[in-house]
Amino acid sequence: MQNWSKKSGMVDPVNLLRQFVLPASLVLLVGACGDDYQEKLAARGRHAQPVELILNEEGRPVPSVIAEQQELHRDNGQEPQTLDPHLAEGLPAARILRDLFEGLTAESPEGRIIPGAAFRWNISRDGKTYTFYLRRDAYWSNGDPVTAEDFVYGLRRSADPATASKYAQVLLPIENAPEVLAGDLPPSELGVTAMDEFTLQISMRDPTPYFLALLSHSSTYPVHKASVLEHGSAFSRPGNLVSNGAYVLSEWAIRSRIELIKNKNYWDADNVILEKVYYYPFEDQSTALKRFRAGKLHWTSGVPNNQFKWLQKHYPDELVISPWLGSYYFGFNLEREPFIENLGLRMALVLALDRDLLTEKVTQFGELPSYTLVPPGIRDYVSPVPEWAEWTQAEREKEARRLYAMAGYSEENPLEFEIRYSAGANNKKMALAASSLWKQVLGVRASLLNEENKVFLQNREQKILTQVFQAGWISDYADPYSFLNLFRSGHGRNDYGYSNSLYDALLDEVAAERIPSIRRRLMLETERLLLADVPFIPLYTYVTKRMVNPRLKGWQSNVMDHHYSKHMFFLKAALDEPPTVVEEIEVTETGGENIRSSESIQEMAVPGEEEGVILKEGDTEAALPGGDAETVAPGQEQDLDLPLEEKAPDVANEDMLPDTVTEGGASPEDSLK
Amino acid sequence: MIQDSGMARHALWRLLGLIPTLFMLITVAFFLMRVAPGGPFDSEMLLPADIKANLSAKYDLDEPLLQQYFRYLSQIAVLDFGPSIQYKDWTVNELIGQGMPVSLTIGLAAMVLAFFMGTLLGISAALRQNTRVDYSLMGVAMLGISIPNFVIAPILILLLAVYAGWLPAGGWDWSIASMVLPVVTLALPVTAYIARLTRGSMIEVMHSNFIRSARAKGLPESVVIRRHALRPALLPVISFLGPATAGMISGSVIIERIFSIPGLGSYFVQGALNRDYTLVMGVVIFYGVLIILLNFLVDLIYAWLNPKVRYDERS
Repeated sequence: MQNWSKKSGMVDPVNLLRQFVLPASLVLLVGACGDDYQEKLAARGRHAQPVELILNEEGRPVPSVIAEQQELHRDNGQEPQTLDPHLAEGLPAARILRDLFEGLTAESPEGRIIPGAAFRWNISRDGKTYTFYLRRDAYWSNGDPVTAEDFVYGLRRSADPATASKYAQVLLPIENAPEVLAGDLPPSELGVTAMDEFTLQISMRDPTPYFLALLSHSSTYPVHKASVLEHGSAFSRPGNLVSNGAYVLSEWAIRSRIELIKNKNYWDADNVILEKVYYYPFEDQSTALKRFRAGKLHWTSGVPNNQFKWLQKHYPDELVISPWLGSYYFGFNLEREPFIENLGLRMALVLALDRDLLTEKVTQFGELPSYTLVPPGIRDYVSPVPEWAEWTQAEREKEARRLYAMAGYSEENPLEFEIRYSAGANNKKMALAASSLWKQVLGVRASLLNEENKVFLQNREQKILTQVFQAGWISDYADPYSFLNLFRSGHGRNDYGYSNSLYDALLDEVAAERIPSIRRRLMLETERLLLADVPFIPLYTYVTKRMVNPRLKGWQSNVMDHHYSKHMFFLKAALDEPPTVVEEIEVTETGGENIRSSESIQEMAVPGEEEGVILKEGDTEAALPGGDAETVAPGQEQDLDLPLEEKAPDVANEDMLPDTVTEGGASPEDSLK
Repeated sequence: MIQDSGMARHALWRLLGLIPTLFMLITVAFFLMRVAPGGPFDSEMLLPADIKANLSAKYDLDEPLLQQYFRYLSQIAVLDFGPSIQYKDWTVNELIGQGMPVSLTIGLAAMVLAFFMGTLLGISAALRQNTRVDYSLMGVAMLGISIPNFVIAPILILLLAVYAGWLPAGGWDWSIASMVLPVVTLALPVTAYIARLTRGSMIEVMHSNFIRSARAKGLPESVVIRRHALRPALLPVISFLGPATAGMISGSVIIERIFSIPGLGSYFVQGALNRDYTLVMGVVIFYGVLIILLNFLVDLIYAWLNPKVRYDERS
């Protein structure tokens, strides 16, 4: 969960260079070659196209199309803070832990919840008792069987105050979890029981419809008791770590790379194709991109900002952009002037912003304009779109001016306030763009105030200095409740000071409701109420953006952005890298594909048609007649139900750093001098 | 003999002076870190009060600040920097232990490169004062000083790694190839500075009386330069080495990031942003000791090169 603008918009020196300095210098150096030359250079980084994918009757690829070398090099963006599943936070750790461990449930490539260590389960009629039946053929990497007792130990350890897990809150729906976390009850009182060696029962406080999704979150993973007891806090190191997932940890060079090898004892090892997976903590996305272009990386965690057009042109097959389960918005501080009790004024500010313009010109990576709190992509839930979302921007602006004038402001007496935001160039760009739009449409004078992240969070929380501030949320699980709960009175992240007893009552009803259709209706009503009260300014839905080697298959874009290595595999290259002459032809081709892929991006941008793989489509068509049968299946109807979690504390870090360094290039250095 | 014992006393005295400096450094850094708003557990993610209390208790952050301070002092007295709050699987000692060889290798290599290249270029320019060689060398040096290395680095990567494909674009595997770009980038600004410094002092020295005497004695120009001019001309360069080290350490923060090198540099920024108190303290103390020791070493070399300092000491 979290916030930040993903790293869009930093000033990337390489990009600048490419656009201005290099063309100039190349003209000087290479003389006549000019533009051609640069095109060719760019073309050199292109990757071999895969052969056509053929599936067997079980839906797995047939051996003849699979490449010999099955080693995946993944950029992880940052060093994981820990590989102890119960202490883990942040995207980098979560990605690796999904490969190392397996919870009771797991996720399919498209993000659906599928059986994990449990092969089936029963949910009692009142929704409060879950019984899980574990696979009898599941083993730890050292050969011990995975038993119900291991899960009991894992869940108790996760909730134990002595473990001090940040993510233990995932366990809160379990009976007695709050008391255990507070230290009032011993961990043994947690509502988790091993009925027999392979049967596990979990008792709940509330029916929690998204609980199955939570069970694929790292804080619910089992740990190997004997090795935890033997090695203590060092149990998560290579050599010590015993895991039950598709991979085992074989090497960990801090901040260089983490190497996983296939777990021979994994119950589904026969279907795991990638033999080795390497995770690299490339904090600088330009570096990761360069490694990718040199063929040393197959998967990046993001792409450098301001390079969308360039990448789209030169790497249409590799660039993958898809909606993410997160919303970016501005919050109002409702406890401070001028926004207390001033609904009309708040609405005027909401209406005055042209979201199409903001996503097209400011964020630039295909982010979706947003008019609600809950992002699209959650199964069985479509946010109630407010009426004004259907208006043209001109109509919205007219209404905005009317409301603005009604609130008592005018050209002579303009509204003045501060927009507060944290480090991160995208935040800055959004704040800048919003303030100039407000000025243009209403004559508002909004000043900008940038703050270091922790200072910013503290100020938001205190609600004394803030007026309008940047905010956002990326959910850990695909349920609207995760978003709606942020605005509950007294919620720790309710930095808006929003308090509506009706809203709180509705949330309570949602929490206690177990019939999906009623629950959905309650949530719709809750969100509608929130949107009518205007405690925030919806702006856009986040997207994930990355480069992926075209030969890597078996994965799909999904709103959770969870991608298990065990599903992935490499196809053989269709042909060897062509000689230079062919290279030029390829360059021309690029132009054609490029158009196709930009179309598909737009398609994707239509909510409801969310579709991950987008870019892949044009690519496969172009490369192999027949398209690809399986992996990607774009265009097909797809359930984006998607499961759970993702956290974001780390997105924070992931973002913050790149931004700080790249944005101001000079700033960190200067401060140290 | 007398002279040597004077040197030894000088050295010992300076060494003792390091202790209060270090103590001040630790104290100021410790409290500054704590004054900064926010803590290691504040994030966008909501943290229930109970969980936050558990976390604080685990890292002893729930104690009064002074008590934490004295606890920390007693810890580092036995060189235990504690567990990292951010990288939970490792202690600060382990993190520094893994990053230090990398950072020192790059830093040392860059320093050596900068020193030799810089003096060489500086002397060449000085000996051809006001010629085309001099102007172009100094012009390039000026560029080297004024273009920040976060600009130079991507240019070099793009040319040598992406387009030419001769060197890796980033990453670290202890191979010479993976060291070339970071070391060169880190060394460039310092090289440029040293070149200008050397040129200036060399020109000054070449105009001094003792050089004129040496020439008058009929010594060949090469001997005049090597035996007489070089040593005094290098004095300002030597005294610059201390600050240059500090500059390199801060430069390495950027370089390590751009080249994705697992050194200590980024622990500074990242640790501070995450309020990873123990990690930041560990790195600050480590670099503090390093800079203090290097300055001390520079002083000694300076004294050894410059008879004036020695004589002053004796009298």
